[in-house]
Amino acid sequence: MQIIETGNTAAALGVKLARAQVIAAYPITPQTPLTEKLSEFIESGEMKAEYIPVESEHSALAICIAAASAGARSFTATSSNGLLYMHEQIQWAAGARLPLVMCVANRGVGAPWNIWNDHQDSISQRDTGWIQIYANDHQQIIDSVLKAFCLAEEVMIPVMVCYDGYILSHTHMPFDVPDSETADAFLPPYQPPYALDPADPANLNTVTMPECRPDVRGDIAPGYMEIRHLLQHDLIEAIPALMRVEERFRAVFGRGGNPYIEPYRCDDADYIAVSLGSLSYQLHGVVDALRAEGVRAGVLSVHLYRPFPDKIIVEALDGCSGVIVFEKALSYGYQGPLCSDIKSALYRHAQGRPFVTNYILGLGGREITTQDLYEALKASCSPDGGAGEETRWIGLKLHTRGMQT
Amino acid sequence: MKSDNIEIRWHGRGGQGAITAAKIVAKAMFASGYTGVAMVPTFGTERRGAPVFTSLKVSREKIYDLSPSKKPDIVVVLDHLLLEEEDITQGLKRDGLVIINSPLAVRSYRFNGSRVAVADVTDLSVKAGLPQGMVNSGIIGSFARAAGLLELDVLLKTIKDEFIGRRPDENARAAQLCYENTAMGGL
Repeated sequence: MQIIETGNTAAALGVKLARAQVIAAYPITPQTPLTEKLSEFIESGEMKAEYIPVESEHSALAICIAAASAGARSFTATSSNGLLYMHEQIQWAAGARLPLVMCVANRGVGAPWNIWNDHQDSISQRDTGWIQIYANDHQQIIDSVLKAFCLAEEVMIPVMVCYDGYILSHTHMPFDVPDSETADAFLPPYQPPYALDPADPANLNTVTMPECRPDVRGDIAPGYMEIRHLLQHDLIEAIPALMRVEERFRAVFGRGGNPYIEPYRCDDADYIAVSLGSLSYQLHGVVDALRAEGVRAGVLSVHLYRPFPDKIIVEALDGCSGVIVFEKALSYGYQGPLCSDIKSALYRHAQGRPFVTNYILGLGGREITTQDLYEALKASCSPDGGAGEETRWIGLKLHTRGMQT
Repeated sequence: MKSDNIEIRWHGRGGQGAITAAKIVAKAMFASGYTGVAMVPTFGTERRGAPVFTSLKVSREKIYDLSPSKKPDIVVVLDHLLLEEEDITQGLKRDGLVIINSPLAVRSYRFNGSRVAVADVTDLSVKAGLPQGMVNSGIIGSFARAAGLLELDVLLKTIKDEFIGRRPDENARAAQLCYENTAMGGL
């Protein structure tokens, strides 16, 4: 059924259709309406789940970790500093190989305090061992939540579904909500390979020595490094696993296709803009305008950010002479993280590598006008990429107090 | 960048229901065959009474650009006093339309080359049985009359669905009264 609702509601409906059994969350703007909606579903009896209100995000994820360890399908959601407050438990959830799903309504991080959209919150959790998926619209939010549970449970790695705060979380647009029978056909009840059981006590994730050593049964158990290597191995294997999930999704729902990237007019493009989230869709009109002027431009939206589908991205960029990366996040002291990742992926191409230009924009919700995007992309659609390698900022106003250089 | 979109910018005060009004119009437009609708609120630090606005983009195709409307075709003003506080009609297209909830006559308003529609939505909504200050259902009656993009019966049904349990009939009556009592002028 097609409805017109917010991105937060799309996420909540996805969680309801996934029949999550335990939800623990702490309110934070702009995520709050998502978990409010879930609490309404549970209160009204529409959804059978345990909703556990907590005093902090750290506790929210700790409860999800405990619930998942006991074999329950578990969900939480947060934004910004709430996500940062979870950081220790985020690492734990991945190391413990728990198939949690978390939505992040992306928001800038303090200080200074800010409630508006950028990607610094989830990008700063890039190296924690979670799978990260970025959605561009409400259909992708609800669909990604369903796929996220399926993927997490297949590879036993937690999944973050990220979408732009306000721009998607609070915007109303149409999307299709599948009926619960169809969702059930796609996502059967969670069958944990292992679950805590009081009748069979166990210690999980206790001190693990640097070296392998015999366990209580006398078997040689892996050391810390073997366990971490397995996480890395399984994350890389999550790339083909996601395609299997996507194919099953398409067989059941009749939509979907490429779960890694979404290229638009890239086939014959000389210049390709790359970005995450709703910004990629805003660039569609910019690319159309440049095409009308005879500039062969395209845009590549990256959906799967970790594990990074480097070969798939390089293939999509093959043959272009310039890559222009637009980012709402920064690795402070260097450049945009997506830009670094793209450059790293392109490194193996010794010959004929495209130039890579990096724009930083929209931090803390600074408005991104389509005209600004047009001017920036147009300036970069030239053989030398406009002007050099240095990271460029869009919409910066340096005439303010104390900013003159 | 796309010119075949219709962009409608809604200005109100925090608590007045501009976002609900725009959402109802989004649903009614979608029900009328506009497959692309996006209602994108611009959030500041919300508080009751402060100026707020939201952008409603409507098209026959999917909307990809969710940035705030810079060049709206239509501007809807839920409180005429906002016109004295902010440049409400900024960027309005030359052949645009301004729809205002105001007790003043339509000839009091002139916006360089634009059509103007005025109804005393505050007063008409009270006549329809709503509490003083509820104007968000009424203003979309004026919108339907002035913009000519929606059939009144589709709109009234959408209003009744949206306000289930919250005076659906009075809200629909407010929209109907405003539809019938919107004065057109301007240019």
